[in-house]
Amino acid sequence: MSVQLEHDYIGLSSEAASSMEGSERKTGGLNLNLKATELRLGLPGSESPERDNGVGVLKSLLVVSRAKRGFSDAIDGGSGKWGLSGNGGSDTELCKGGNLFSPRGVNGGGKGGGSECNNQNTGLGGPVLKDGVVPQSPKPLQEKKSQLSAPAAKAQVVGWPPIRSFRKNSMASHSPKSDDDAEGKSGSGCLYVKVSMDGAPYLRKVDLKTYGSYMDLSSALEKMFSCFTIGQCSSQGVPSRDGLNESRLMDLLHGSEYVLTYEDKDGDWMLVGDVPWEMFTESCKRLRIMKSSEAIGLAPRAMEKCKNRN
Amino acid sequence: MTCNKRKNQEESSSSDSDESTRVASSFPDEVLERVLAQLNSHKDRSSVSLVCKDWYDAERWSRTHVFIGNCYSVSPEIVTRRFPNVRSVTLKGKPRFSDFNLVPPNWGAQIHSWLLVFAAKYSFLEELRLKRMSVSDESLEFLALAFPNFKALSLLSCDGFSTDGLAAIATHCKNLTELDIQENDIDDKSGCWLSCFPENFMSLEVLNFANLNNDVNFEALERLVSRCKSLRVLKVNKNITLEQLQRLLVHAPQLRELGTGSFLQELKACQYSDLKSAFHNCKNLNILSGLSEAAALFLPALYPACANLTFLNLSYTALQSGELADLLIHCPLLQRLWVLDTVEDKGLEAVGSNCPLLEELRVFPADPFEEDVVHGVTESGFLAVSYGCRRLHYVLYFCRQMTNAAVATIVQNCPDFTHFRLCIMNPHQPDYLTDEPMDEAFGAVVKTCTKLQRLAVSGLLTDLTFEYIGRYAKNLETLSVAFAGSSDWSMQCVFGGCPKLRKLEIRDCPFGNAALLSGLEKYESMRSLWMSGCKVTMNGCRLLAKEMPRLNVEVIKECESDDSQVDKVYVYRSVAGPRRDAPSFVLTL
Repeated sequence: MSVQLEHDYIGLSSEAASSMEGSERKTGGLNLNLKATELRLGLPGSESPERDNGVGVLKSLLVVSRAKRGFSDAIDGGSGKWGLSGNGGSDTELCKGGNLFSPRGVNGGGKGGGSECNNQNTGLGGPVLKDGVVPQSPKPLQEKKSQLSAPAAKAQVVGWPPIRSFRKNSMASHSPKSDDDAEGKSGSGCLYVKVSMDGAPYLRKVDLKTYGSYMDLSSALEKMFSCFTIGQCSSQGVPSRDGLNESRLMDLLHGSEYVLTYEDKDGDWMLVGDVPWEMFTESCKRLRIMKSSEAIGLAPRAMEKCKNRN
Repeated sequence: MTCNKRKNQEESSSSDSDESTRVASSFPDEVLERVLAQLNSHKDRSSVSLVCKDWYDAERWSRTHVFIGNCYSVSPEIVTRRFPNVRSVTLKGKPRFSDFNLVPPNWGAQIHSWLLVFAAKYSFLEELRLKRMSVSDESLEFLALAFPNFKALSLLSCDGFSTDGLAAIATHCKNLTELDIQENDIDDKSGCWLSCFPENFMSLEVLNFANLNNDVNFEALERLVSRCKSLRVLKVNKNITLEQLQRLLVHAPQLRELGTGSFLQELKACQYSDLKSAFHNCKNLNILSGLSEAAALFLPALYPACANLTFLNLSYTALQSGELADLLIHCPLLQRLWVLDTVEDKGLEAVGSNCPLLEELRVFPADPFEEDVVHGVTESGFLAVSYGCRRLHYVLYFCRQMTNAAVATIVQNCPDFTHFRLCIMNPHQPDYLTDEPMDEAFGAVVKTCTKLQRLAVSGLLTDLTFEYIGRYAKNLETLSVAFAGSSDWSMQCVFGGCPKLRKLEIRDCPFGNAALLSGLEKYESMRSLWMSGCKVTMNGCRLLAKEMPRLNVEVIKECESDDSQVDKVYVYRSVAGPRRDAPSFVLTL
């Protein structure tokens, strides 16, 4: 577990993480840092996977660590939030997530050790999360939270700079650079949030402030994720923007296959589009393009929440 | 007046030389006590008590508030014996560096043993203010039940309790006027505690739950606020929405201090104007805080309430420079301002332009651990404030770059600094323009600011800084040092030169036993010394303990490493002798 703590969410080493974040911040754009995808990745306790199997593991890694970071909160609070009878609250090893992609480990039985992590190259669009297993591990998340003072880069000195723990933790929860929580700066000139798509080998970042409406956002996302269609994936190289028909993407995004969801400030996963655009940008922390099969049960809850809000 | 009294006593003593040894004062004791009862400052009272025995007695009978800066310097028995009529106690516990996780958990400073004695001797206790103490739920419940007149509880930077303890206070303290829960390490289980105030309870004047995270029952809060007509301080937590805030303000326009919730919510036009008019009716607001997620959009609703603001705490608000500037225009009387460095130098320029009465500025870092940040504040911002705010005397400034020249100019502009706390966040960082140490900066501070009481240094510093401090900082009482100095000479200078030194805290400096022992003569006139990450050894500490038996020399041993190296040592004077509750990792020598 200590290994995992030093890695950021996709298991990259510290330098890569900070350089990746740094370059994204500096360019202010949607560039993909190729360096990131060139590094070896591995689930905690496992060897780095072979290059060819990179995709599968990347995917499983993404799902798993997303779950660790993003979903745990949602899932911890109540099982079945995703319509899955999850192991909410169980101390499943993170690695178990890897098992999701193996034919055997679907129901999460037995704690697969690191070595069990499967490099299944199931390809994109294949069955992702099955019922009954939600990869999450509340403990690492909490450990990580308690170490908010230890960022990815340099080894931190205890108690330096001299800021009361209380203030540190409060700011970390809406700090723009915090590992776990908010990924967007509030009230500033830019509002970067991560966008993940189920099955995509890497995430993207978008600046919500550059869009004026949901339409703008969704067309931008379509373009961005146009390469990640079923059966096609490239873990190297910039996503090609030509040769993919957008109408297919429209289907993917608005049709039956995919649903666009976001995590709000409370940590809940909501359907995009319910609230006024400004309210959405203020409260959106991350975006996820989710398979609609997983989104069962999401919409009604989102409605409820909005009712409570308004 | 003092001289006259003494003279009268001497005159009467000479004519009554055959009387008993107790001199009959020409002033009856009751009158003296009455007069002394007007004295509030505990420093004044200490002076008074040293005049003569009569005055000592009169003072001790008339003292109703006792301040104990180090809970281990004295025992509750001693306190209660000397001061029989105390109604209000302020206690501070752990060393200040415990705020930064340098003190291991379960170190001590438990309030419970104090409460047990107070229950017997101060059953009429009304106020308890604790800082860096360990407080359990059991203690809170005991407090709520044992003191029927209990009125005011303030907990700052404490730990060990949960919201259950607060529930006990709310339930049982029928005369509560103040509940002030600030920045504690609290186990926040739920917001139910607020609903524990009885429906007929209406004496609350101060309610601060800004740092609690769970939702309270809003209806209960609203009823409470509307019942408590004397409420003057209300600081709610971030879960309270703008709409709810507006409703609260309507019930309490008399508020003097307000801490808002997150100040973020989608409001309809009519709701917004209701909010604005609610603020407009708050004509007595002096202190404003909260605003933890303030959207620039809604800040203007606040403007009508800012005319009389003297203290604005935006240290939890990620405000940008323009937003701050717009707000400050409406705060002409501002004396104290706390902000995050998201306002950047531009925001500080606005401070310089709009706040001529400013006396205190604190700039906190929004991203203290982020290496690559290009934002935050620099020496320019500080300079801009110093040009515009000549009355500035208290500063706490976190930055990533500073120059000697800038600091020299700053203190020329503002020579009245009493508290100068500069934190250049990267340890050992030199003047970024000249690459020199920051010695001249702090030299300028101590040379120019003759009233300086508190100093915190940072950046690359040699012994020269401490030579300057010893030579010039004659009013210095508190000194904080980190990653600084070249040799023991530094501390020798400080001990040799600062007559009023009371608190010295040092971390990660190359100071060893010679430095530690150079303060031998000094420690009994100081409250405490903390040294961690230095080069002190067990032998040095033992020698100190042996030479100065009235000091408690406590070594904190956390790991099983080298027995002779001392990582953390805490030295303080005490009339209570060695601690009896020390945990296993604290060795009293």
